[in-house]
Amino acid sequence: MTAARIGLAVAAFIVAAILADYAALLWGAGGADVANLLSDRYLHRVVGFTFLEASLSALLSLAAAIPTARALARQSSFPGRRLILQLCALPMVMPSIVAIFGIVAVFGRSGYIAAMASSLGSEWRPSIYGLGGILIAHVFFNMPLAIRLLLPAWGTVPAESWRLAAQLGMSSGQVFRLVEVPLLRQYVPAAFTFVFILCFLSFAVILTLGGGPRATTLEVAIYQALHIDVDLPQGGLLALLETVACLIMVAIAWAVGQRIDFGRGQRMTGLRFDGISLGARLRDSATIVLATGFLVLPLAALLYDGLRGLLFARFDGGPLLAAMLVTLALGIPSGIIATVLGFPIAGAADRLRGRRLATVVIGIAGLAGVVASPMAIGAGIILGASGRIDLYAMAPYGVVTMNALLTLPFAVGVLRPAIARNNAQYDRLCAGLGLSGWNRFRVVDWPLLRRPIGLACGLSTAAAMGDLAAIALFGNQSLTNLTLLLYNQIAAYRLDSASGTALVLLALCLATFAAIERGVGGRGVS
Amino acid sequence: MRIISLILLAAATFALAGAGPALAEPAKLTVYTYNSFTADWGPGPKITPIFEQRCGCKIQWVGVEDGAALLSRLKLEGKNSPADVVLGLDTSLTEEASGTGLIAPHGADLSALKLPVAWNDKDFVPFDYGYFAFMWDTQKLATPPKSLADLSAAGDAPKILLEDPRTSTPGLGLLLWLKTVDGDRAGEAWKSIAPKILTVSKSWDEAYGLFTKGEAPLVLSYTTSEAYHRMEDKTDRYKALIFPEGNYMQIEVAGMLATSQHQDLARKFLQFLVSPDFQKQIPTTNWMLPVIDIGADLPPVFGQIPQPTKALMLPSTEVAAHRAAWVKEWLEAVGQ
Amino acid sequence: MAFLEIEGLTFTYEDLVMRFDLAVEAGECIGVIGPSGAGKSTLLALIGGFERPLGGAIRVEGQDITTLRPAERPVTSLFQDFNLFPHLTVAQNVGLGRHPGLRLDAADQEHVARALRQVGLEGFEARLPGQLSGGERQRVALARSLIRHRPLLLLDEPFAALGPALRGEMLELTDRLRQAEGLTALLVTHDPNEAARIAGRTAFIAEGRVVLFDRTDRVLGSSLPEIRRYLGS
Repeated sequence: MTAARIGLAVAAFIVAAILADYAALLWGAGGADVANLLSDRYLHRVVGFTFLEASLSALLSLAAAIPTARALARQSSFPGRRLILQLCALPMVMPSIVAIFGIVAVFGRSGYIAAMASSLGSEWRPSIYGLGGILIAHVFFNMPLAIRLLLPAWGTVPAESWRLAAQLGMSSGQVFRLVEVPLLRQYVPAAFTFVFILCFLSFAVILTLGGGPRATTLEVAIYQALHIDVDLPQGGLLALLETVACLIMVAIAWAVGQRIDFGRGQRMTGLRFDGISLGARLRDSATIVLATGFLVLPLAALLYDGLRGLLFARFDGGPLLAAMLVTLALGIPSGIIATVLGFPIAGAADRLRGRRLATVVIGIAGLAGVVASPMAIGAGIILGASGRIDLYAMAPYGVVTMNALLTLPFAVGVLRPAIARNNAQYDRLCAGLGLSGWNRFRVVDWPLLRRPIGLACGLSTAAAMGDLAAIALFGNQSLTNLTLLLYNQIAAYRLDSASGTALVLLALCLATFAAIERGVGGRGVS
Repeated sequence: MRIISLILLAAATFALAGAGPALAEPAKLTVYTYNSFTADWGPGPKITPIFEQRCGCKIQWVGVEDGAALLSRLKLEGKNSPADVVLGLDTSLTEEASGTGLIAPHGADLSALKLPVAWNDKDFVPFDYGYFAFMWDTQKLATPPKSLADLSAAGDAPKILLEDPRTSTPGLGLLLWLKTVDGDRAGEAWKSIAPKILTVSKSWDEAYGLFTKGEAPLVLSYTTSEAYHRMEDKTDRYKALIFPEGNYMQIEVAGMLATSQHQDLARKFLQFLVSPDFQKQIPTTNWMLPVIDIGADLPPVFGQIPQPTKALMLPSTEVAAHRAAWVKEWLEAVGQ
Repeated sequence: MAFLEIEGLTFTYEDLVMRFDLAVEAGECIGVIGPSGAGKSTLLALIGGFERPLGGAIRVEGQDITTLRPAERPVTSLFQDFNLFPHLTVAQNVGLGRHPGLRLDAADQEHVARALRQVGLEGFEARLPGQLSGGERQRVALARSLIRHRPLLLLDEPFAALGPALRGEMLELTDRLRQAEGLTALLVTHDPNEAARIAGRTAFIAEGRVVLFDRTDRVLGSSLPEIRRYLGS
């Protein structure tokens, strides 16, 4: 019970911190003119556009993820399945600028597709600067995420159901209609909402691929308010509006569907028989290859540019190595803290299921990192710290803490369903044996929950490693991680070196993620 | 036991990361600037030892995202800001910055300044300048536009990459450039430019990155970009375009904070900025032009790049008064 | 020619090599007993087509079904649990036995109603499995099995989770309906009394082999050491 209380306390603290931050902004310069703000036509257009791009992005991401997850679920021995699932973790931890360059390298006017078109003699060039480009980038980021969110759904179907389906002679389409759709109905709302929120708060992608100020989202407006006009109440109000909109979506999703389950790539609990036929295998393979191709092409472009940059451009070995160390030194503690915080929060979420207020608080805290505007949080921190705290001297601690909070949603998302299942199975047994507290964790929870803990830690660490927001906020020039190094290189015209740095960052993220997932999570069935 | 060792590792890493320099004995001058200034190839590392030796102090650089973010950071921190000097604003923002009351007069001797325009600002010291210019990728476009009027002609070619005036100083620079040349008709000019815009990036970084990837043959940058490509990449591929209407100037400035605890040091630093020791580092580290005559220390390539026929710049007061309205006009012309 | 012939059916699971030989006459009810891990469920899975054998043959009425897909085999399976789809109603679950896509016309629905009447669940059409007791759920599964009219019924410990009285009832019901339809059945059970009650012959399986296949009373009374070890003296 005390673990749950701790979790609740931590969650409450996080929520309070965010509210305090918003409050600081709102009352920063003497209150906000709500009526005026809400009736501004420009704002209406911005909100409308934000909803449009977020909805379309989420719809497309899921429309692509569902058939792919289905194919992966069905073909449990597809070659390279494990690698594909690991690669799926990569886009969500990439810095936006890296992803943008990767996408442009494939879909841009001088990209691979354009090169193919011109080699076929066509004048046509893909045009990705506009809503189209935003959607492509968002699907690149979020389809892999959605696949990992949905795949565990198939793991909850008992083997008997597949045998029945086979014996009853259900065709592929009938299996989809009668078995898989009801299954998805439980998981899709949550996945949709998570992707929606991530796209709602999108910033760099919108600005660079949006094609112009027509594509302005709330986050851009907040940036403008806080960093250009320094109109704090306006910024605070917009941030509040943004968060409330996201929370409403979350509430709808909770009402409609089941909890999110990040899960891992699970082997089927039983053999699927409708996936054996040649036709099914071909269709599934085609789907998987297509989706993987969409994912891998930009990564391949980044690999190619990166290798070229590392081998042929001026090699800034010293700064690169230093930046790698900083990246690891700041990322790993963040990931660990996020996991250490996420565990009691996820546990509290399960234990205090029945209590309405507690659930809300925990829910918000768990999602804080994604529904709270990073701009607003940053501005609030500067505001609150000025004169009281030396941000510069606090930089390492500040960066680690902030990233821990920003990546908390990933950790909680992975841990909550795993802990819930674990508790459901073993609570009574542990109570009967008098096993509780640290003993219970050591003897029961840790061995059984190692894999989800490993995944949670890996994901949050990788996400923290790609951070720019926190490090930019604390401005300590001796603390340059790979992302900041990348930006600095671009600013100094060293674009080839920047490509190399981007590759090093991606490789380091992937390696660290895999190492933590294996090291903390241990070996086990894929 | 695995967990314990993991936690210990984390704690150790944490502590190491946080074990920053102990309380330094000499006085500490805190300078806020943009990140690329303090990067390994920027001016920061080169001039820091020189100044530190001269003043017997230590410089603590605090990196912020870019020039525009500097101003907002100052405004957010207000009177409590630990900054002594802010370095990296440009002339489009100086009036606003002065208006906050946070900047103290510099009192520096600026007699050695050699700028294309007269310098009258009592609060800010210029430390480098440049001319905005469209960079042209000779391999992607045969005939570049010859003037601003050319660019504002009808049609949707050639494609150009721009920065957002709401978030970037070059972006704002182009806005002011058009205002200077076209005055009230700037809105009309933007409407004709709009179809050519491939995309409007958040900052110069993304725009230039896309440019070098070949996405568009034109990008809004600086004349000194050509100097970089000639000198470091040894290529003639990218050229700066000089327009007969003139090229808009960007002068970067530094100022000291009225709330600074080290007013003497700050003044010394500002004076240092216009000294040859500092100025001769600027061309090859910041890739901008020096504000004094550094003679032979200016690499020849800077003399070989195109020189603007006319240097344009609006008074800072005018910019401050109309910026919001002009950005709105831009939004309406380009953003429908 | 026996109704169901299993000849040299081989399968490996972990270290155990299994080989089954069995001949069942039409209309029989065969008990399948033995220690856990012996291969009882595997045998049923092989007959049902859910596992692929390494060698050997399965023949029903002379026709070799070894390579047929599960749906093509003249077989219906009833598991211990998870026989029903939780989101489909009772009528729909049974209706799957008529048409796997649930395209049911009036005649089909009449059949569904009749099947439900046969198992004593008249009027339960609109209920969901979650609203039923364990016994009721198994009865729905039984109804679906019957509605398929497949000649061979494979029962894998279907009543193990029910209380003794209920178990007895279900056994009686199953046997009665089986005989009425003329179905052949294989009943895997860990309770020898179940076999004694409804199975004419019983196969004792141990270590992946049919150790003894004879009249149930002879098997249960056998003095073979494996059987005595399992049944207890």
